[in-house]
Amino acid sequence: MLRFLVRRVLAAVVILVLISAVTYVLFFALPIDPAQLSCGKSCTPQNIALIHRNLGLDKPVPVQWWDYVSGVFTGRHLPLGNCPAPCLGLSFTNDTPIWSTLMDRFPTTLSLGVGGAAIFLTVGVGLGLLSAWRQGRLTDRIASAVSLLGQSVQIYFIGPLAIFLFADRLGWLDAGHDPDWSSDPVGSLSGVILPCLVMSVIFWSNYSRQTRSLMIEQLSEEHVRTARAKGMGSAYVFFRYALRGAMGPIITIFGIDLGSILGGTVITESTFGLHGLGQLAVSAVLGTDLPMEMGVMLFGATAIVAFNILIDACYAFIDPRIRL
Amino acid sequence: MTTVTTPQPRPEPPAPRGTGDPFLSVRDLRVRFATEDGEVRAVDGLSFDLERGRTLGIVGESGSGKSVTNLAVLGLHDPRGTTVSGRVTLDGQELLGAPRKRLEKLRGAKMSMIFQDSLTALSPYYTVGRQIAEPYRKHTGASRHRARQRAVEMLGRVGIPQPQRRVDDFPHQFSGGMRQRAMIALALVCDPQLLIADEPTTALDVTVQAQILDLLKDLQRQTGTSIVFVTHDLGVVADVCDDVLVMYAGRCVETGTVRDILKTPEHPYSWGLLSSIPRLKAPVDVPLRPIPGSPPSLLDPPPGCPFHPRCAFRDEVAGDRCATERPQLLLTGARGSACHLDGDRKRAIFADRIRPALGRRPEAASPAAAGPEGPDADRTAEPEADRTVADEPAAEPEADQGEGNR
Repeated sequence: MLRFLVRRVLAAVVILVLISAVTYVLFFALPIDPAQLSCGKSCTPQNIALIHRNLGLDKPVPVQWWDYVSGVFTGRHLPLGNCPAPCLGLSFTNDTPIWSTLMDRFPTTLSLGVGGAAIFLTVGVGLGLLSAWRQGRLTDRIASAVSLLGQSVQIYFIGPLAIFLFADRLGWLDAGHDPDWSSDPVGSLSGVILPCLVMSVIFWSNYSRQTRSLMIEQLSEEHVRTARAKGMGSAYVFFRYALRGAMGPIITIFGIDLGSILGGTVITESTFGLHGLGQLAVSAVLGTDLPMEMGVMLFGATAIVAFNILIDACYAFIDPRIRL
Repeated sequence: MTTVTTPQPRPEPPAPRGTGDPFLSVRDLRVRFATEDGEVRAVDGLSFDLERGRTLGIVGESGSGKSVTNLAVLGLHDPRGTTVSGRVTLDGQELLGAPRKRLEKLRGAKMSMIFQDSLTALSPYYTVGRQIAEPYRKHTGASRHRARQRAVEMLGRVGIPQPQRRVDDFPHQFSGGMRQRAMIALALVCDPQLLIADEPTTALDVTVQAQILDLLKDLQRQTGTSIVFVTHDLGVVADVCDDVLVMYAGRCVETGTVRDILKTPEHPYSWGLLSSIPRLKAPVDVPLRPIPGSPPSLLDPPPGCPFHPRCAFRDEVAGDRCATERPQLLLTGARGSACHLDGDRKRAIFADRIRPALGRRPEAASPAAAGPEGPDADRTAEPEADRTVADEPAAEPEADQGEGNR
């Protein structure tokens, strides 16, 4: 287990270094001079040269990149301000450290991602289990229809619809606000429920259909038949034997979907006017805040890589044949 | 053990040969699958009885309905798209159509099953011990601790070394032979009175195969379990079975004691099965004779005798009856075959044309042709001529060995 973790973390570091290099190249491939951006409209060539020096843009690109990467671990003293340890640079728009903004916005995105995933796993897998249990019956068809509904809608369509219906008309749920878990847990919860629900809908159908077919496949497995031949009850066989076998593939699909979940939060945040990483990325792109774009990208990539390692570790708990 | 195949609509054929109530009784069992292409008659009017402490071998090619029969007896067939009719009674209790809960109480306790491929038949997610202990806890209400002890005890009984330690292993940590032993331990953990073994040794190499067969025979001697042994290996049949039922296209084509079937088979299909076995002592210049063709589609079985398209002897029957009229299983006591050839003709063909090609000594053949009492006469004449290559040498049984267990 320890060897597995060490190996995977090392591999993840390599991946992240590559990602940061690529994003850094993108940064310079853009037809925008960062100095021009931070200088404003009335700019002299002297000013631009000064800013180049201030930002370190007069150094060779590999050296700049190295400064950037080492700054993540050591922090940097930049001419425009101090940038403490996990330094991802300073924002062009307000000269504040990128990291603190990310940390400010991360709870919203994490709440959406975790909450949404919890809901779509429960609903999607649940509907799939129900379909498999009542395979070919009316319940199966209704469950399949419900999950198909999810596939045919988009967040930006049902989002406003849900706000109108559940928040404005019925008044059951909060229309969505940024959570602050430490000071107001209850209010935070009510603020993210509706966004999480809306985001989860688009994931239902995939999980319910995959779960249904995985379970039907598992139920015809020979070891499941053996369990029935032992006289174990149907529900016991269904959950202890068949579901156990279906869990691995479901988790694999979940791992693949991590990127889509992050994408889903971006749209959900925009729809509900929440201030998370997605909204931050959108505004950074619109405002050509290059350090902020890079920071969000690197942070998102790190999160996905880290969750993937966690998921791989989960396999070992589910399947005893896998030794890490 | 007796068998009858009935004319189509007869609901309940009489149980032949009154030897008390059979432990397992199957009457006119029919299993049909609805498929996209039509209805498959996987089992078509099968009847047999099995008495306590005896072993019935069910022999036939793949797709002849052997496994389907057993799954239907245990109620393990997929209920969707499968129609099962007929009667199956275990110790006087009707199994077909019994409530699910009642079947669950019987399965694993009074009747249990050993599956062919122990790698796929054991769950990879739980330890061997847990999988063995599970039915014991369910059926006896034993504590977790007691059930674990029982699992250790069973693993020891089936010959797993260091059962105390191996009980916590997962199936993938066992070798193929050990897994099959664990599978047997699982099937026997509640001392079932009926054990259905579906090709339990097919996936194993011959030495392990012989060990497993010995183990089953030992366990049967100790517990008096009735065994249904499904196989396509006649060498195995000779080793473990008392009675044999030959299945073809979902029906019984021939039945009798193991001696009857191996020494004086009457059905051309049984002849074909015997002729396709390689024998150690057969002359090397006599080629093996596999049965030509392949088993018929059960979607659309041929008219008349289902074996007639592959049968070399259909011309011996006048009026092409084989292609038009389905032969009934005619029983004399527990012995019979479903073939239009008349009895004398069958014996003559076997003695003159089949038996010599099996590589047995020709003089041994003649007493067999004399009549149904014949087999005893050649017991000494061909002590080991039946040895098949498929059997491992050390524990090689003679075909007669079944007699010794009775």
